[in-house]
Amino acid sequence: MAGRRWQTLTNPLISDNPVTLQILGICSALAVTTSLDTALVMTIAVTSVLAFSGLAISLIRAHVPRSIRIIVQITIIASLVIIVDLILKAYFFEIGKRLSVFVGLIVTNCIVLGRAEGFAMRNGPVDSMLDGIGNGLGYGLVLMIVGSLRELLGHGSLFGKQILLPVSQGGGFEPLHLMLLPPSAFFIIACIIWFIRRKRPEQQEQAEFRVRIGQSEDSP
Amino acid sequence: MNSTSNSTLNNRPKPDVESPLRALLTALIVALVCALLVSIAAVSLRPRYQANLDAERMSRLTAIVQALKAVRGEVTASAIESRVVHLDSGGYTDYLDPDIFDARKATTDPDQSIALAPESDIAGIKRRANHAVVYLIHDSDDQPSVVILPVWGVGYQSALYGYLALAADAREILALKFYEQGETPGLGSRIQDPAWEALWPGKQAYNRDGEVEIEIGGSGHQNDISRIDGITGATRTSHGVDTLIRFWLGELGFGPYLTRLRRGEL
Repeated sequence: MAGRRWQTLTNPLISDNPVTLQILGICSALAVTTSLDTALVMTIAVTSVLAFSGLAISLIRAHVPRSIRIIVQITIIASLVIIVDLILKAYFFEIGKRLSVFVGLIVTNCIVLGRAEGFAMRNGPVDSMLDGIGNGLGYGLVLMIVGSLRELLGHGSLFGKQILLPVSQGGGFEPLHLMLLPPSAFFIIACIIWFIRRKRPEQQEQAEFRVRIGQSEDSP
Repeated sequence: MNSTSNSTLNNRPKPDVESPLRALLTALIVALVCALLVSIAAVSLRPRYQANLDAERMSRLTAIVQALKAVRGEVTASAIESRVVHLDSGGYTDYLDPDIFDARKATTDPDQSIALAPESDIAGIKRRANHAVVYLIHDSDDQPSVVILPVWGVGYQSALYGYLALAADAREILALKFYEQGETPGLGSRIQDPAWEALWPGKQAYNRDGEVEIEIGGSGHQNDISRIDGITGATRTSHGVDTLIRFWLGELGFGPYLTRLRRGEL
């Protein structure tokens, strides 16, 4: 029992990671990873929403009619996101301002609804909560890797602390401005996915069709 | 809870769960509980959030005031008051929130601004918002001692945005500070030089008859109480500052407001 729960918690970190395997939550992964502190706060916000939405939805799952289940899930998720947003505004005002709309957009983060519909509707409250925490941390792991690379190469700092001294301040480091633009997150996430799937070939997907160059003679 | 046995049960809910009445009831209960939780969070966290907002606004205001150097010593945040002025009548309005009012947005909104006739548009701004946010700094007796006006106009190649600080008599200039400009570096950009800014304190904006008197360049004594030296090599930037100050002190700018302030009507 304990072993299975441990699996529920740790599987989403690498072997069933929501970002790299399920390719969910990419939008916010691009938006909030220009610095590590926003990535960390976003991780905590998404993890808590996932954990509590999993718990709440799992608790009432036997009483939710199938016809309105998505509406019920969204209502619960949206309420949790509003509460998280309010807490950020009250206690982490500066960082909440930098995350701006992306806290509110957790509602539309596919990971949250995906776990609610895919896991919490079918499993017990404790497992659902663990699954939520696991997926939140899996999402956060990718966010932290991307965030640290982007902040280090784009600003020369980590958590706002200068590590590489840029040329403009007399150091030898030339900031890579591409890293501060959204496409760099695409490149980094792609590299992470490539690396994981090299190490774990079972994650590789079968090609749905073959890409061919030239005349399509045998097409109907 | 035993989740394994539950999961098989819940994949096939009992028929009565699916009835329309149950659906309505479930929706209602979920909505009520969620609304209750959100309301509790909103009400209990509101004071902290409001305090954060106030602190942010105040730090922005104190930064403006300190940068203006119009007041000696530290300015306590509570001494600064922001008000929205209706420019045509020169009175305050309370139905616009000074924290939210966005003058630049209002300037391009036909409902919130007027088009200026070319002959009266000396600052070259084409449109002027109907309202503006002014800042009043109160002294220890709670009397306004400084009034800070936002001013903007067109220089040589860019829009110039700044603040003009006047004394309580609404005549004496305490400071002029541009916070945004894109003029030629080293020439027009010298409107942000401390040396040039230092020319402004103590000058008279209006003469005894209440006419705008302040002037940049032109002929006259260097120590003239209402004349400022232009910047060499930046004739058009200097001219732009001259016209924008005259515009905003004039009838279409803060003229009516400052007149009423002088008369003590506000």
